[in-house]
Order: sequence, then C-alpha cells, then structure tokens
Amino acid sequence: MSQSGKPDRQTLARLFSEFIDPEYVIADEETQKPYECDGLSMYCEMPLIVVLPETLKQVQQVMKICHQYQIPVVARGAGTGLCAGAMPHKEGVVLSLAKFNQILDIDPLARTARLQPGVRNLAISEAAAEYGLYYGPDPSSQIACTIGGNIAENSGGVHCLKYGLTVHNALSVEMITVEGERVILGSEGLDSAGLDLMALITGSEGLLGVVTEITVRLLPVPEKAQVVMAGFHTVQAAGDAVGAVIAAGIIPAGLEMMDTHAIHAAEAFANAGYPLDAEALLLCELDGTTEEVDQYIERVEQFFLQQGASSVQVSGSEAERAAMWKGRKSAFPAVGRISPDYYCMDGTIPRSQLARVLTEMQKMSAEYGLRVANVFHAGDGNLHPLILFDANVPGEFEKTEAFGGRILELCVEVGGCITGEHGVGMEKIRQMSAQFNEQEIAQFHRLKQAFDPAGTLNPGKGIPVLKHCQEYRSLPSSDTSVMPLTHHHSAGDHS
Amino acid sequence: MKDLTLQLIDQVCQAYQQRTPLMIQGNNSKAFAGRTPHKNKAKDNVSTLSTAAHTGIISYQPVELVMTARAGTTLAELRAALDEHQQILAFEAPDFDGQATIAGTLATNLSGPARPWTGSVRDMVLGTRLINGTGEYLRFGGQVMKNVAGYDVSRMQAGALGTLGVITEISFKVLPRPEYSTGLTLELPASEAIVLMNQLAGQANPITGACWYRDQLHIRLSGAARAVDKTVTSWSQKYGFQQATQDNFWQQLQHQQLPVFTETGALWRFSVNSTADDLAPAVHQTGIEVSDSLIDWCGSQRWLRTPETLAEQQNTQLQSLQRLAENARGSVTLWQGGDRSQEINQTLNPVLERLHKNVKQAMDPAGILNPGRLYSWM
Ligand SMILES: Cc1cc2nc3c(=O)[nH]c(=O)nc-3n(C[C@H](O)[C@H](O)[C@H](O)COP(=O)(O)OP(=O)(O)OC[C@H]3O[C@@H](n4cnc5c(N)ncnc54)[C@H](O)[C@@H]3O)c2cc1C
Repeated sequence: MSQSGKPDRQTLARLFSEFIDPEYVIADEETQKPYECDGLSMYCEMPLIVVLPETLKQVQQVMKICHQYQIPVVARGAGTGLCAGAMPHKEGVVLSLAKFNQILDIDPLARTARLQPGVRNLAISEAAAEYGLYYGPDPSSQIACTIGGNIAENSGGVHCLKYGLTVHNALSVEMITVEGERVILGSEGLDSAGLDLMALITGSEGLLGVVTEITVRLLPVPEKAQVVMAGFHTVQAAGDAVGAVIAAGIIPAGLEMMDTHAIHAAEAFANAGYPLDAEALLLCELDGTTEEVDQYIERVEQFFLQQGASSVQVSGSEAERAAMWKGRKSAFPAVGRISPDYYCMDGTIPRSQLARVLTEMQKMSAEYGLRVANVFHAGDGNLHPLILFDANVPGEFEKTEAFGGRILELCVEVGGCITGEHGVGMEKIRQMSAQFNEQEIAQFHRLKQAFDPAGTLNPGKGIPVLKHCQEYRSLPSSDTSVMPLTHHHSAGDHS
Repeated sequence: MKDLTLQLIDQVCQAYQQRTPLMIQGNNSKAFAGRTPHKNKAKDNVSTLSTAAHTGIISYQPVELVMTARAGTTLAELRAALDEHQQILAFEAPDFDGQATIAGTLATNLSGPARPWTGSVRDMVLGTRLINGTGEYLRFGGQVMKNVAGYDVSRMQAGALGTLGVITEISFKVLPRPEYSTGLTLELPASEAIVLMNQLAGQANPITGACWYRDQLHIRLSGAARAVDKTVTSWSQKYGFQQATQDNFWQQLQHQQLPVFTETGALWRFSVNSTADDLAPAVHQTGIEVSDSLIDWCGSQRWLRTPETLAEQQNTQLQSLQRLAENARGSVTLWQGGDRSQEINQTLNPVLERLHKNVKQAMDPAGILNPGRLYSWM
C-alpha cells in the first residue's frame, strides 16, 4: 500500500489477479502501450493498470475494489473514439470490455439482439443478415467499434437521418454501477417503468456506469437501396439541393456531402468515380421497396438537375453503390494520406447555415494557414471539418486545436452544437462552456453525482469542472483542473 | 402567443424558497396520468403551476424538419402549422379534444400507433428549456438533429411526469406526411395476430401500424403510393387481408377514443416484448376479470380493461400483474382508475429506486416539482 492508503500498482495487480487470469491484468508499460489513447492519439496517458475481465462477476469485483479505494475507472471498448473519452487516467484502471464479445441472442420474430458490450457494430448486422435483419446505426468505424462504445457515445452513422442514432435503437442495458451493483435500465418493451434512464446513459461517455449487456432493435433489410451521386459547382447549390429533397417529403436513408478537398482525397483512395471538377458532392441513398425507390430516385435526380448539378449518376448495381459509399466511408483515412496529420471536428449546424459556416471556415483556414477538408452528414447537419496539419512542425498542433475550437464555437453561434456524434471526452471539454452556461454545467455535475458520488468513473472527461465550485468533490490528487493538461504526441492515423 | 417564462421562473423560485409543492399542469387534459398524491391540496400547501398560457410556435423550419414551441402550445396548433407544409408530428400523440399540449405530451411520453416505426415523442425531442427545482432556467440539447454534448436531460423528461423540471420550451423533429396511407384488416385470435404482426414487421414493407382489437388484426401501410399498393395486393393474396374502406379506426386508436379507453373500470397498460403471448388469459388466471383488451405497437403495448380495483386489493393486483409484465420482459402501469393515492407503477428494485431518488435529488433537491406523481417516494 502507498502512503495514501491506496494500493500501488503491484498491490492492485495482485488483488485483481486473485480472481482474473494474471495474463489479463496488465501492469507493465510495454503491454499497456496500446491502451494509452483512443482514436484521438494526440491525447495520451499511461494508466496504473489495464484489466480485461471475462465475466460479469469479475467486472463487479473490479468495480468494488476500485470503489473501495476510490481508484478511477475508465471503461474501454475498441478504442476508436475520437474525443479521448477512453484515454486512461494516470492513477486509474482501464477496464477493457474486449473479452465480452459474444452475441448472446438474436430474436428474429421480436427483431432484437442481445449483445455483450465488446461486440463489434458490424458483427451485429452480419449475424442478423440470415434473418433479413440488420442494426441501423452504422458509424464509419463500424468494422472496429463496439456496441458498448456506441452506447457510451450515442454514435451515429450515414443512415441516421432515417433510422436514428444509437439512442433510438437501443432498448435496454445491463449496467454495473460504480459501487459494483448490477442494474437493468430500459426493458424489452418500447419504454419502461419510472424515469427514462436509458436516455441518460446513452451518450454518457462511461461517466455513469459500465455497460455489460445491451439489447438493440433490428430492422428489416430494405428490398432495394440505390444511390444518386451528384456534383455541384458550389456548396450553396448542393445545400439547396438537399433542402429541395427534404421539402418534397423525401427522407433519404443517407444524405452525405463532401467538399472538393475531401472529394479528391477520397477519389485517390477509393477510385469511386467521384467528379473531380465539382466543388461539392452529394451522395443520396434511397431505400425501401423496389417501387418506392424507383419512384423517388427519379424525383431526386430531377431535383439535383434543377438545382444545377454538374453531374448526376445513379448507382446501377450493388457493386457501384458500394464503391460510391466506400469513398465516403474511407474519407478520414483518405484525407490522412494527403496530409501528414489531420484533426477531425464534429460540430452540428442547422443546414441552412452551411454556406455561412463554410465561408467563415475558409477565412479561418487562411488566417491559420491550415487547409481544411469537409465531410458532412448533410441530412442531419453534422459537419466533420478535417484540419490538415503536420505534427512535426513545432506549434502546428496547438494552432490546429485553436482553429478547431473556433470552428466549434462558430457551430454554437449559428444555432448548432459542439459535437454531433463523437462526444466531448477530454478533447472538447473546453468548448462545453460555449454551449452551456455554468448553471447547466453544474446541473450535469449533480446528475453525475447521482450515479457516481465520488467521481471515479472516467474522471476529467465530458463535463468541465467549474473553477469556483468547491461543492464538487474532485479526486484527491487527480487532474480535474478546468483545462486538463495533456501531452501532445505525434497525431498519427486516427483509424 | 405569450411568453410567460419569467413568471414561471418566479413561481418556482418562490416555491423553492418556501419549500411548498407545485402541481404542474398544461390544459389538464391528462389529469388521470400518474398518481394523485394530495388528498387535501390546501393542507399540503400545494399550488398549481400552469403552463397553459405559455404558448406559441417559436420557430419552424420545414426544410430543417425542426420545430420549437412553448410548453402550452396545443398539438392541434402544431398540426395546423405543419399541415401547410405537408408535415406531421410523426409520434401521433393523442389530442384529447384539442387540449393536449406539447409539454404534457412529452411529460407523459404519449405516442400513437406509428411509434414502433417512426419513433415516440421521446425519440423526436431535440432539445428543451426547463426550470429545475431550484428555479434555475436551463437549456439542454438544441435545434439540430444530433447533439451529444452533455447528458441528454431533454429526453429524460419523457415520461417523468414533470418530476424533474418545468418544461417551458421544446424543439423536436417533424417528418413529411406520407404520400399515401391505407388500412388492412383480418379476423384473427389475439395470439395468432401477435405472431403475424411481428412477422409482417420483419419484412421490408411500408408498415406504420399493427394493432389487434376485438378479434381483428389491423395493419396500416403508409408511404410511396406504388409501394403501398403493391403490399396491399401481396398481403391480401397471401394472408387474406381485406382493405379497410373509409374507416377511422386509426384516428380513434391514436386519440384513445376506442371503447377500451373510454369504458369504466380500471385500465392497465403493459409495455412488453412485442412477441409476448396474449396477456388477457394470464391476467384472467390471476383472478382479475378482463372485459376488453387492445394490442398496439405491433405487440409492444397492451391495454387491458378490468373492473374497478378495490383499494385494499390494488397492491396485490399490481404485484401479480407486475410478475406477468416481467415474464413478458416489460412493465405495467395502472393507467386509469383505481386508488391513485397508492402506487400505480411497477415497483423498482432497490438499486434502481436509489438511482431514481438520486436523479430526482439532482434536478429537484427540495422535492417541490410534482412530488409523488410518479412514485410516492419521489
Ligand atoms: C475512422 C473513424 C470513423 C468514425 N466514424 C464515426 C461515425 O461515423 N459516427 C460516430 O458516431 N462515430 C464515429 N467514430 C468514432 C467512434 O468510432 C465511436 O465513438 C465509437 O462508438 C467508439 O466505440 P469504441 O468501442 O471504439 O469505444 P471506445 O473508444 O473504446 O470508448 C468510447 C467511450 O465509451 C466508453 N465506453 C466504452 N465501452 C463502455 C462500456 N461498456 N460501458 C461504459 N462506457 C464504455 C469509454 O470510456 C469512452 O468514453 C469514428 C472513429 C474513427 C476512428
């Protein structure tokens, strides 16, 4: 034991090894290294211990021990998060759910799947395919990210406009509280008794409990899906085209926009046949019965031409449709190839503000001397500006962060928000005060306390600590400062 | 169109200072919802806080699919505005004679037949402004489709019956009106209907309603005209459905005007796994007579009408129905009737009860907002 009464690394490792295979109690730096960051590798930290329990009982016991000694716990799925939400705490335990990777049950009649948290997002749809079903939310990271991480971040994907976010598709979770107790939130009905705690847990970034099982709804695979791809000479025209589709009462399954930098990067990466002369590209997918898709696809084509599209192409086969999406879904790594590093932002704006935001962003881009490429979930207003930079140039990451921060503040200014799907984590904690006032942030803290009075679950993330609020307990010796300190590493590849 | 925000804040601040309970209401169209904790309001020092006059649509952008309205705005008013742009409140909440307000609808989380397909009022909420139990005026979420900054306090108001805050303003997603809608019917016993409706929902067809009532399975199809027509033809041939002519079944279902909602006695609501077997026979077996029952939401929502409960038996009945609900992987509420000073909602386990109390404490530390409306202990 250390002087503070907390077990030191070796003692804690011994305690865990009493009930967990010692191979999965990782206390040495070398083996811990892969856990030092999530997808946002500019933020990293080494933990005290990484532990990979295999049973619910083991998770509960880890939580009880950490609770007893007030040791921070950071739950971890696949580590693809983009807000440093899964970044370790230097005095804490990383609780990896990687071994909880079983699909427990698929009920084809009820159209539900019961899953362990470490199941990969795409694996759900793959397993459901034999029943003609799939899981709706499809983050671009779906090959790797886990359903537990999706719950924690309320993840979205390119099909969210029509099929909703994680919060719309999750029915129930089993959660272990900070004290190590098991509780079930939600039910297999469409609502449940008492307060809607599912709403609170979804998107809570591992700050309120550790999710150990999830029941999600599955959807029937549409009979047909087809994409209209259109190039435009201006972003404004592309934005208007989106508005025209929605105003006509058509809700596309996916509606994505890319700007010229993103088009070029994605085309070089995926050979999707994107029009390289366009300033903006729209991918509009319609799905449903064959009749519905045929009826609407014609109209969408018309709208795009009326709005001055410079090129319009309809996917003629599944292969063509897949190719069109491949470019979009690999846009992040593709941009990663045209620049040493990139930094992905995640603001949401009212769609009508798109042209204004992009213009302002171009001005800032010139001001900071940093290029920016944009991919945009145009249907639901979620903008991903990718700032291109070189981490080896001294001061460039700091400049990038400042630029990014201003983009998010701009999003709030035009009526939007600082994060549409990636979460706040450690990364956007400074921008929280652009979107919320002190009373609102204090309210978040009280809700956090309702679940985690000592503040040991993922401390320092999600909700900024108010400078002058003495009433909020902080961990004895942890980094709950208003501006958390982070080391900056090489930015690397995000995927 | 009136903005009474400042008055509402004042009233909550005063009640907080004096530690006196507030009974929050809009047009009081859902007075039946939840418990009736106060036998004697004067004695308990209860005052009414009304959002009825706090009305008006603040913004509506059809191309953004987003509307923002003050708490007391009626659904009828919202629908009229949406109608001009061929848009709808996709959650199809009941109107209660034109009296239902948007905040009351959210607080009771009431949604109509399309709920399994297009989502509930809870699903459509994008943001709220609310007054917490200490009189602070707060804003959560926003007017955009996606927002994961901070906890989703807005969505948590759904079904909270005003126990966590006075909702003053709501932003929500709206959807285009489907191009075409039609109904199908088929005579079928309940347990077969439950299986069939779930099978149909597993097929990729434009289904937006599946309900069983009095030996009839009702299916509603909405969407692109060609797609609906094709499904009508194929399901009629395959299963023997009749196309409903000129009926207002779906309207009556949405607005809770069918006899099962208006008869006398007690009305129980089960929210369960959609494939759970018919609950009426099982309820019968516990010794409670079922006089009418309706299965909505493709099997997920079951309404059972029973004779008025006797006060001294109510808790035993609730407990036995709770066991049935739990077997069906869901929960039960005594929706209407009975002694509403007793518990009417499913008992929560101790951990969940503690979390509920903590959340209530976090939002309303003095316990002045609709105390006892959801559970006696919060
Ligand atoms: C190339 C790329 C593309 C992406 N595209 C998208 C996209 O389209 N849409 C989108 O929404 N996101 C996207 N993301 C972000 C990321 O994939 C999602 O946030 C994802 O949900 C994270 O899942 P994970 O399993 O990797 O979680 P992690 O990164 O391991 O963890 C994320 C957060 O969840 C918490 N957590 C994890 N598991 C649990 C649990 N069981 N209980 C409690 N808390 C837990 C962690 O503490 C952390 O705060 C992308 C990321 C990359 C790298």
